[in-house]
Formats: sequence, C-alpha cells, structure tokens
Amino acid sequence: MSTLSRAILGLNGRTLFGGTVLALLVLVAVLAPWLSPHDPLEQDLLNTLARPSWFGGDTGFPLGTDSLGRDILSRILYGARAALIVAVVAAFLAGALGTTLGLFAGYLGGWVDTLISRVVDIWMSFPAVLLSIVLAAVIGAGLYTVVVAIVVIDWTRFCRVVRAEVLVQREQDYVASALVVGLTPMRILIDEVLPNVAPLLLTLFTLEMGIAIVVEAILSFVGLSASGIPTWGGMIAEGRQYVNQAWWLLAFPMACVIVSVLGLNALGDGLRDVLDPVKQR
Amino acid sequence: MSTTYLLKRLLWALPTLFGVAVVVFVLLRVVPGDPIAMMIPPGATTEDIQRLRHFYGLDTSIPEQFGVWIGQILQGQFGNSISLREKVMTLVLGKLPATLELVFFALIVATMLGVLLAVAAVYFRPRWPELVIDGFAGVSLAMPDFLWALVFILVLGVLFPVLPISGRLDPGMAFEPDTGFYLIESVLRGQFAIARELLRHLLLPGLALALPLAAGLTRVLKASLLEAMKQDYVTLARVKGYSRARILWRVALRNALIPALTLTGVQFTFLVGGTVLIEYIFAYPGIGNLAIGAVIQRDLPLLQGLVLTFAVLFIATNLCVDLLCTLLNPKVRHA
Repeated sequence: MSTLSRAILGLNGRTLFGGTVLALLVLVAVLAPWLSPHDPLEQDLLNTLARPSWFGGDTGFPLGTDSLGRDILSRILYGARAALIVAVVAAFLAGALGTTLGLFAGYLGGWVDTLISRVVDIWMSFPAVLLSIVLAAVIGAGLYTVVVAIVVIDWTRFCRVVRAEVLVQREQDYVASALVVGLTPMRILIDEVLPNVAPLLLTLFTLEMGIAIVVEAILSFVGLSASGIPTWGGMIAEGRQYVNQAWWLLAFPMACVIVSVLGLNALGDGLRDVLDPVKQR
Repeated sequence: MSTTYLLKRLLWALPTLFGVAVVVFVLLRVVPGDPIAMMIPPGATTEDIQRLRHFYGLDTSIPEQFGVWIGQILQGQFGNSISLREKVMTLVLGKLPATLELVFFALIVATMLGVLLAVAAVYFRPRWPELVIDGFAGVSLAMPDFLWALVFILVLGVLFPVLPISGRLDPGMAFEPDTGFYLIESVLRGQFAIARELLRHLLLPGLALALPLAAGLTRVLKASLLEAMKQDYVTLARVKGYSRARILWRVALRNALIPALTLTGVQFTFLVGGTVLIEYIFAYPGIGNLAIGAVIQRDLPLLQGLVLTFAVLFIATNLCVDLLCTLLNPKVRHA
C-alpha cells in the first residue's frame, strides 16, 4: 500500500483536527478580501477600542476595533496570509537546507559527518529566541527577515533527525542492492534513500509550520516583523499594551495563533503515527 | 563518566564559547543603524561624534575591535553600554540575580508539577483523570511558553485579576535589598510580606516557563513509572501489602525519577533561553528583558555581553545536568 492511501485510510482524530485547521487557515488566507467586512487598514478614529458586537458591543465591528479603530476581524483574516506565507516558505527552506546537510552527513559519514554535526552542536548552544531576535535586528524588520531567521536557526531540527534516519536506512538491503547494481552515491541518496525519509520529512515540515507561526508572532511582538500589513503577532503586541482597557485586542489574534499551533502539532503527530509502517501493523 | 569526562566537557565548552563570541561579534558589526547617531543630541558637532566613536572604540577596524573585546573579556570586562552608559558587566551582574531566581523558581515548579501529574496519571489509570492529564500534557508540549504567558496575562491578569502581570515587586513596597536576590534576601531577613509579594509576581512568568517542561517530564516519567510498575520489586511490595499510593511514591518513583530527569535535562536549557521573551512580556527586570532592550536600542556592547552571558548559562546548565545525573545515577556512579 502506498503511503498516501495509508494516510487516507488511517485517518485518526488528531490528523482530522489538524487537517481541518490547516484547511481553514488556507481558506481564510485565500478568501480574506471576500470574507472581511472592512478594509484591514482603514482607520475609524471615532470608534477606537470599540467593544466586539459579538460580545455586547454596538458599533458593528464583530470582534471590535484596535487603538486606531481598525476592524479586528478583518485584520485577523488578512493576518492569516502573513502567517501562512511565513509558515510554508520558512518550513520549506529550513527543511531543504537541513535535509540536504542531514543526508550528506548521515550517508557519507567521516569528516563530513563530524563537521556538520559539530556545527549543529554549536548552533544549538545559542538561545534560539535571542538569536532570532538578534538576527532580525541585523537584517531589519520585515516578513522576509522572519523567514531568514527561522531558516538560519531551525535547519538543525531537520538535519539532526534526517541524519539519524539515514544512518538507519544506510544499512538496509535496498541500499546494498543499489550499490551492487552500480548506482552512484548521489543517485542512491536521491532516488533510494530520500523517498524512504519522506514520511518523516512530512511530519517535521508540519511541525515546523507551527513553529514558524509562533516565531513570526514573537518577532512581531518585539517589533521586528512586517509593519505595513496586518500580522497576528503585531496585533498581539498591541493587545499586550492595551490589555487592561480592551481584552479583545489580545484575545482574538492570540486564539488564532494557539489554534493554528495546536492544529499543526496534532497534524504532525497524527501523520507520524499514520505513516509509521511499524505502528500500522 | 568520570572526572576526565567532566574535564573534557569543560574543555569542549571553551571552543564553543569562542565560536559563539565570533559569530555574535561578526553578526553585530553588519547591523544597519548607527548606535552613536541614536545617542547624540541634535546640536552635536562632527568632532563630538568622533570623540564618542573613539570612546566606544568604534573608529578602529573590525578585527581590531574584536581583539580589544576579547582582551576585555579575559580581564572580566564587557566594555561600556552605549544606551545605558554604564559598564556592561555591572549591568549584567545587576540583573542576573533576578533571572536566576525566575529560572530556579520555574525549574522547581516544573519538576514538582511534572512528578505530581505523572504519579496521578498512573494512580488513576485507566480512569478519566489519566485522560485529562494526558490531554493537558499534549497541549502543554505543543504550546510554547510565549503563548502560555499571553494566556495567563489575559485570563489571570485581566479577566480574573488575581495575580500581577508585570514587574518584580510593586514600587510601593518598602524593601531595600543589599543583593539582587530579592526573594532569598527577603526570606533571610524575615520580611515575609515582601517574599509573598515577590512570589506572586514570579508565579505567572514562572508557570509559563515551567509548563512545557512539566509536560515533557510528565510524559517521560509516566512511561518509566508504568515500566517500573511491572518489575519484580513492585510485585514484592504488593505482596507485602503496601498500598497502591505508597508503592507509587516510595518504590516506583524512586526508580523511575532519575532516568526521567536525565531525559528531560536537555529541556532545562530551553527554559533558560525562554526567559528572554518571558521577562519582556512580564516586564520582569532580568537580563532577558535587558537583551531585548539592547536589540531595540542597537546597543552593541551590551548585546554582545548578554548573548555571551546566555551562552555561558546554557553551557553551565548542560554541565550541571550531566553532573547531577552522574551523581544521582547509581549505575554510573559505581562504574
């Protein structure tokens, strides 16, 4: 049975919950212009910090307004775009870099492995949050910065796991047969080993998407993410300032980040179980 | 696992620290934004600016600056902070105790919570409390400290305002400490009202830091408790007529705790790193908060000193975990 059909047949609760969250996130990000009741950047200075009409307010803003009178619901919907872009691009690039290095380290061994592993060790002795903030300060604020910071810091996650997995795969019979047939190491790595590591990568990728959304929120929180467009982290930062006057500024974007992170984590964990051939038996 | 091993670990820490120092230094030299430009008054002359540059050593070449910096570090100095106009070492040492109190508080909370939940989960297995604890551990593992901090601020600080959400101690409290270790000092002096207030301020940031670690410990410890419950010595205790609770606390936990702590030891370093953001969120005056301020102010000397301090804390934490595991594990100790 192929991994895909196994994934579909073996759907468990967590995968379903996580898949739904991811699908919603994509849907909201794509349809933001049609779903939003207001322009996310439009200020209404007569209605600043307006109470949400779904929670007892009467100004017609479903989730209330921020300190400049901008509609929170619309900003959340548009904020999903920034979150999704960062999540996909950063997780993909971190995965590509980490996997490449992990494949080489695990398969080639020797000094290549020693070198890469040592770099990973040094990398992980930095405090990640501080490093990402320093990096972002160096590059300058922006979504692009957030992506670079995540890739530079989190490639190690992929590298470590992939390396360990390749060490196991390398001893398998199919690699020996490929060698006997006369395939070059490069061919074996790409055509034989990589597909066998793929299910693991899918899990890591999903988990990394969740991490990326949090890192975006963290960097926005300290003022180092994009400033012109609505982001959940930026909204959270403003919400923290006004938390004593208007709880809704913090509550709604925070809930979005939490649901996304929990959903993507559940999806990652679920996929790990579904795709694990040992647990399938 | 011996003295030689520990010495080796200590020696390995040096090149790592040097690597951190080089990377941080190079990284910060390419920062756009001039720290001097941020501190001069509008009417300053070019000569004034030159003098300032010279004072902070920013007019020499980058390798030269690096040499000066390393020389200072070897003498136990980190240079001068640009934004706060004080010695970096003084600033770091002044704020470090606050961070250490927070870290140790969180560590104690995490360990107690983790052990309690794991024991409860096994005790109530397979009834609903186990499911609730498993679910809670799953959610706590997925949610980083940053999100917990926000939830606490919103729920326990604002919607149901039971705990303070910023600072270390209300300015109105009459307390003039001699050291930075407020909590320890207030207890030693017998000022328990102050200690209570300090603890109330520590509770939310400490809990936010502790939860992910506690959840990890719960999971690992629960698994090793279940394993221990199958062993012969547990059967023996049961035959002797010990109660289920006593078997769990006295017999199984004693054997399961150390391996579980060893496995979660790595996460202690995450807790140390987490203080950067948590202190900022709760306006807690420690070195993490100082670091974010230094980033915002482009205060290079301060930031360099702080990143290096964190690297030292990280490496020290790792070493301590290793050392403790060696001391506590009878198998290794007697080998």
